Amino acid sequence: MRESASTLVDEKEHCYHCGDECDSTPLYSDEKAFCCTGCQAVYELLYANNLCTYYNLEAGEKPGVTVKSEEVQANQFTYLDEPATQNQLLTFQSETLHKVLFQIPGMHCSSCIWLLENLFKLDNGVIESRVNFPRKEISVSFHPQKTKLSNIVTLLHKIGYGPTLNLSDLTGKKKKRDYSINLKLGLAGFCFGNTMLLAFPDYFAFGEEVKQEFGHFFGYVSIALALPVLLYSARGFFESAWQGLKQKHVNLDTPISVGLAALFLVSLWDIISGKGPCYLDSFTGLVFFMLIGKYVQKTTYDALAFDRDYKAYFPISVTVLEKGQEKITAVKDLTPSKRIRIRNHELVPADAILLRGSAFIDYSFVSGESVPVPKVAGEIIYAGGRQVGESIELEVIKDVSQSYLTQLWNNEVFQKEKSYFGVGTYADKVGGWFISVTLLIALGALVYWVPRETDMAIKAFTSVLVIACPCALSLSTPFTLSNALKIFGGQKFYLKNGDVAETLAKADTIVFDKTGTLTESTQTDITYQGNELDDYNKSLVRSVLQHSTHPLSQGLYSFLTQKVRPGSEYGEVAGQGVQGKVEGVLVKIGSSSFAGSAQLMVGASSLATRVYVSIGDEYNGVFTFSNHYREGLEQLVKELKQQGKKLAVLSGDNDAERTNLQRIFGYEADLRFHQSPADKLAYIEQLKKAGHKVIMVGDGLNDAGALQMSDAGISITNSVNGFTPGCDAILDSGSFTNFAKFLHFSRRSMNVILGAFIVSFFYNVIGLTLAVMGKFTPVISAILMPISTVSVVLCSVLGVRFVAYQMGLFKTKK
Amino acid sequence: MTIIYMLIGISLTVAVLFLTSFIWAVKSGQYEDDYTPSVRMLFDEEPTGAGNKKSGKGEA
Repeated sequence: MRESASTLVDEKEHCYHCGDECDSTPLYSDEKAFCCTGCQAVYELLYANNLCTYYNLEAGEKPGVTVKSEEVQANQFTYLDEPATQNQLLTFQSETLHKVLFQIPGMHCSSCIWLLENLFKLDNGVIESRVNFPRKEISVSFHPQKTKLSNIVTLLHKIGYGPTLNLSDLTGKKKKRDYSINLKLGLAGFCFGNTMLLAFPDYFAFGEEVKQEFGHFFGYVSIALALPVLLYSARGFFESAWQGLKQKHVNLDTPISVGLAALFLVSLWDIISGKGPCYLDSFTGLVFFMLIGKYVQKTTYDALAFDRDYKAYFPISVTVLEKGQEKITAVKDLTPSKRIRIRNHELVPADAILLRGSAFIDYSFVSGESVPVPKVAGEIIYAGGRQVGESIELEVIKDVSQSYLTQLWNNEVFQKEKSYFGVGTYADKVGGWFISVTLLIALGALVYWVPRETDMAIKAFTSVLVIACPCALSLSTPFTLSNALKIFGGQKFYLKNGDVAETLAKADTIVFDKTGTLTESTQTDITYQGNELDDYNKSLVRSVLQHSTHPLSQGLYSFLTQKVRPGSEYGEVAGQGVQGKVEGVLVKIGSSSFAGSAQLMVGASSLATRVYVSIGDEYNGVFTFSNHYREGLEQLVKELKQQGKKLAVLSGDNDAERTNLQRIFGYEADLRFHQSPADKLAYIEQLKKAGHKVIMVGDGLNDAGALQMSDAGISITNSVNGFTPGCDAILDSGSFTNFAKFLHFSRRSMNVILGAFIVSFFYNVIGLTLAVMGKFTPVISAILMPISTVSVVLCSVLGVRFVAYQMGLFKTKK
Repeated sequence: MTIIYMLIGISLTVAVLFLTSFIWAVKSGQYEDDYTPSVRMLFDEEPTGAGNKKSGKGEA
């Protein structure tokens, strides 16, 4: 590795690989600057394999992903080559060909696609690799005799595109996407076009002659074309209406089904009896348009996972110690009393007792707590924590699925698919109302016409039923909500589906998790108490800290800004602290027993994370690490209160922050502390039973139960492609302050839907009037239907975009 | 005018052929990913040292 050290750089250079600003001393290779050895290594690998096109594809952007300096250990992925693991990971297996599908959250641009599809140039065992960008997936085919699965995973890690490998890859079934909507839509469109052509003679006066001669033939061909639409494309509407009726529940599909059935039967009767024109063109057209609505409704974010459970976070394998021998075992085979070894940045997969080593457990994914928690031998470490520092040995005391945290998923809330039925969508309510009104009018028409003209009576009655199909109504909701979804997406707020937007609009209670949600999970506030430290003393402290890799030391090191002085006799006492001599003064930094004084040990709250400092063998003071509240929190709470929401905060911690939170949230907010994951779930359940519509905002695995229980669970995250527990929406932490605005926007979107409903009613009133008078004909239906459809869709789309524009929610260009 | 029967027969046959190819396209997974192919087709084929892809440094 060449490093032409050049110190003549005035401006900060940008890394050739990832585009980040380089530190004071960039690394050089081919006169190109790199910010770290990781990036440099990737470049050299690509250069050696003639793959530098990677850097030229995207103009002006550096495509690389910053490669973490932690090197991939040589045998880290060997467990992937075990037959048992392979059986579950590989999608295809034969002697000369293996196929595997990985998810790669790191891919983000066309350069990534290019490089990942050129994997065969880096490993000649790879036959082909194909990227599915919207889903961030790569499918790799390889020759099992020429390369190994572990080699491919290692290679992907080396070039910065580490795949996610976790327990759910092994235990969960692979989801298959459902393409039946495409087929249904295609079929309906095909039949619609053809029946309309056959119906043309009905539309125009000059068609009379054609009609005379071919009317029957055209009619039967139309039936042949409409049958597949009735039996296949429209099936979903009938099924949904039937489901609803079985539960004594009228939804929007009820009037749709009645209307469709009436359209088809009336047409059938007209054709067979030779009475003349039929409604089959309207029938197929309606189904086609409504399926477009269903198709639009399905727009979601393929690459985001909203249904993750703890398995998506837990590793596939763990190092088990058997008779002093290390053995890689699948996590799902882990049983109590086994001894495991956890290395730096590995995850503790089951509740376990610490046997050896000094543990520093990072629970940021579990609770959002930003400061790692120290543990000593004999203490229980709960599953889900990540070890930071040296490798530790543990004894498992519970099964993976029965651990303190993971048993949350045994709750029945997780057993069933979340349904938004209970919320009762607008459209369903309107649907019930709509069908009763049309039935009443139909009966009224019948009663009016029967004594006068029997033929007319039947015609009016069926016409009213025919017009009962609220096609336009069923379109306004999906078009409005899918547009709202896109607008939210532009603001980095990703909803699982349109129903969630509707739920957000109706919610009256918002429950926040504290740690990691209201506070930053990556930032801490550090405060100092004790004898004042002057700049000189601070620089002494910082000089000693410089040599420690301990997370607290590094946090404090970057907090202090003074100059580093040369020193000597550095030493780190595991689990205690660091010490060193700087300019002849002994500095000790660490736990209270190491650097504090005896009287401090009593009375001090053991829950806060503290670092004690003694200088020259004399106790000086203590640094306290506390969580940092998110910027703009107070403003957000104020806005939510103005919107009349009931607010609550749930915290797993002690109530040390009560006064702070009370100041922000006011006295009417419900603040609860010492809440276990199960308590949080129970609290939401209780609120729901009291008739509230609840939004839960959380971040970690410990909120998963509450997120699932709530009407709309929102999980807040710093990186959208990173891990989030199962939820209904993912909110980028940068957009947290806009949350009140988002709620307001979802409410206004509902108004847009209502507006579109009114427009659609207008058409229905025209249709109904004509129907009651017995003047409703297939031609009028063929004109009214597309006009109403198009105008309602336009109203919805333009309406919701106008609202977004007014509220300044359109994507702002960088 | 009987020619209309034949014409409609022919037109429907052609249309059904298109419908079948659409169904085939959906079933064969062509609707799985509607973004990546649009990028992929812009990549240039590059001359590779055929046979020995790992043969050290190429020309820049």
